[in-house]
Amino acid sequence: MSRARTRQARVAETIARGVMGAMAASVIAVALFVLAYIVYQGVGAIDWQFLTDVPRDRGRAGGIYPVIIGTVYVVTATAAFTLPVGVLAGIYLSEYAPRNLATRAIRLAITNMAGVPSIVYGLFGLAAFVLAAGIGRSVLAAALTLTCMTLPVVITATEEALRQIPQDIRQASLALGATKLRTIYKVVLPAAAPGIVTGSILGLARAAGETAPILFTGAVFQMRQTPDSPLSQFMALPYHIYAQVTSVPDWNRTLVWGTVLVLVAGVSIVSMVAAAWRSVQRRKIKW
Amino acid sequence: MAIVILAAIALFLVYNAGRALTEVGLGTMLSGIQWYPTSDPGKFGMLPLVLGSLLVTGVALAVGVPVGVGAAVFISEFAGRRLKEVMKSVIEFMAAVPSVVYGLIGVAVLIPLVKDVFDLSSGLTALAGGIVLGVMSVPTIVSISEDALHAVPDDLRHGSAALGNTRWQTTFKVTLPSASSGIFAAVMLGLGRAIGETMAVLMLTGNAAVMPTSLFDSVRTMTGTIAAEMGEVVQGGLHYSVLFTVGLVLFAITFGINLAADLVLERQRKRWRR
Amino acid sequence: MVSVLSIADEGTAAIVVPRPSVDDRTAGIAESARGSFTLADVSVAYGDDLVIEGVDMEIPSRAVTALIGPSGCGKSTLLRCLNRMNDELGTVRVGGTITLDGQDIMRREVDPVELRMRVGQVFQRPNPFPMSIYDNVAFGPRTQGIRRRADLDALVEESLRGAALWDEVRKSLKKHAFELSGGQQQRLCIARALATKPEVVLMDEPASALDPISTQQIEDTIAELKSSVTIVIVTHNMQQAARISDRTAFMLRESLEEPAHLIEVGETKKMFTNPDDKRTESYITGRFG
Repeated sequence: MSRARTRQARVAETIARGVMGAMAASVIAVALFVLAYIVYQGVGAIDWQFLTDVPRDRGRAGGIYPVIIGTVYVVTATAAFTLPVGVLAGIYLSEYAPRNLATRAIRLAITNMAGVPSIVYGLFGLAAFVLAAGIGRSVLAAALTLTCMTLPVVITATEEALRQIPQDIRQASLALGATKLRTIYKVVLPAAAPGIVTGSILGLARAAGETAPILFTGAVFQMRQTPDSPLSQFMALPYHIYAQVTSVPDWNRTLVWGTVLVLVAGVSIVSMVAAAWRSVQRRKIKW
Repeated sequence: MAIVILAAIALFLVYNAGRALTEVGLGTMLSGIQWYPTSDPGKFGMLPLVLGSLLVTGVALAVGVPVGVGAAVFISEFAGRRLKEVMKSVIEFMAAVPSVVYGLIGVAVLIPLVKDVFDLSSGLTALAGGIVLGVMSVPTIVSISEDALHAVPDDLRHGSAALGNTRWQTTFKVTLPSASSGIFAAVMLGLGRAIGETMAVLMLTGNAAVMPTSLFDSVRTMTGTIAAEMGEVVQGGLHYSVLFTVGLVLFAITFGINLAADLVLERQRKRWRR
Repeated sequence: MVSVLSIADEGTAAIVVPRPSVDDRTAGIAESARGSFTLADVSVAYGDDLVIEGVDMEIPSRAVTALIGPSGCGKSTLLRCLNRMNDELGTVRVGGTITLDGQDIMRREVDPVELRMRVGQVFQRPNPFPMSIYDNVAFGPRTQGIRRRADLDALVEESLRGAALWDEVRKSLKKHAFELSGGQQQRLCIARALATKPEVVLMDEPASALDPISTQQIEDTIAELKSSVTIVIVTHNMQQAARISDRTAFMLRESLEEPAHLIEVGETKKMFTNPDDKRTESYITGRFG
């Protein structure tokens, strides 16, 4: 081999490494910038009053207490709908579904559900839950809409977690005379729980940050108190941010960025704790 | 059940779009270049919206694909274990940031920047929206590309290295071609995300529903239109129904994209299963 | 030698286990004959692919029977017929008759779940459940509906003693099973299988994933156990078969087009010194496989 070719290859190697590295570095840089900017802009707003007071002067003063509570309500309701249905569907797909065309179609539908734009879910929620089902714009309608959006995430997470449980554990349980059902809920599910819980929390955290699906299904901008029933309307962090910026002249920068910080911190702390918990559990259980 | 929900979505969209489809007609809407929904009679030409979406998405891909694929290659082929972990958390964080937040950061940072750099009267342009969308599509592209690269068996890399190829030559000649279908799927899914994204574009593109002529024009996307106008229409009215038609078109586009990506991914999975 | 069963009888006399209905029909059989299999013309097919054909053999009670043969000859598949684990694999069909203590276990009305409480299995790789040592052993009894703490404690101790693991773990029963070494995990799996008080324990190459010392311990455990349960062990290690088994069955698939057959079955000593069949002799002296 000629030496020139080797040298050329080495130069190409260096350049390629540099370019790829720069791409990766720019991703890190953008993420760090986003994080730093939010913290920098928002941290000044965070105090006890901000977290416990109601918004005043169309959000230009006061706090965001009912806004936080609204988001908590909606996400809790979403979790209550999504988790049982999603986990059961995941168990069915992983443990019971026959390998046939119908199952393949279901899988395809689930991955496709995950790709439907959030605004289309918003339209669907408006047409189906708010109008057709007559629920009206409410916590319930918004939670049902977010449920449709989060279901594929929970189903996929459950399936994935169950698939990682080795087959011989199942066989050992069956060989001891346990039925399939008992095998699943005594052996397989407990072992898969970290994956299922974490995957679901990540999905729900994402739902907490969504604006488009709740835009027409129950989120409102001005409300003095927290929602008192599943059928009342609510304020929510992402919608509050959007509404301030687009429809309040001279919006209070500090307070809006403070709201952003609360939202992002909430979503990412919950996600990170969940992910860290999963990796600790995984390290404990090595197959 | 998933099928039921998916079918229900399509059904409700079609049902609510019914009035527009019969009174205006899908062809007229898709080819019309004038969007004046509140004039009398309303003009519902969707073409500016579709083009607006495509333009913004095009910019997003131009930003997101090189960065996303490059970062994925770096993570999978060059980075050490520690760096890999860091990159993964970074990507997860980026995916967890809500779109309205990206929109707000765009408003605060990018809009003035675009305005000054290109000396425009307003920074609210297709370019600004596209760049932010590109950033938002990076997590999707990186994680799916990385999966595809990861699925390539190490035997192939070792085989190439044993022939005297450098790491980059191996990556370029062997690994990337082997993972090409997965990376293609990653790009498609990133595209689907970008087209369907609502809040950030709504806040960044200026929302002028006219035929776009350049990147520095203000444009209005399909998603932005739905979000902005749905709050002000009469339920059951023609405008309301037209907005559902926009949703239907959007649904059809993303459905097609996702289906294609899914089929490609499925084929890739089969290839490495032995 | 201390009989494991005798400890069992003293320690757990009060336990009322809802015994499988198949048991009632074997009530007349003498205690010593418990846990004996008779296979008649057994064949197995994966889909349309016949892999085992025409196996006739007796598996006597309270003895170790070894299944040997080159890899791919269907030893494990035949083993799984004995507790109907092949049912779980979907496309496997089993023909012929297999009787356990005179009762046909292949009939549809025999519940495989009940059968498996009588016929336990230990797998190739140690596969403890991701839970504590205690919970692993108590899993089977709990499945049978035993809830009383004292009964479970007694069963767990007795089973761990039976698997020669008690002395090592008596102080750490709450420890996670994954903290045990590979050999300990496998003995835990044996204890787990013993806890349902099976008549038969099937072992599918139980020592193949273990180091020599752990293998030795497993073999000692098997020698202890055979006074109380029937053991059927699949092994590719002929020395192991010669060391631990009373009877040996040699299986062979002579070409890829043909299903496997049972070539010869008999006393281990005779099989290894003076086999009837030329092919057995070739295999044992290492000429193929």
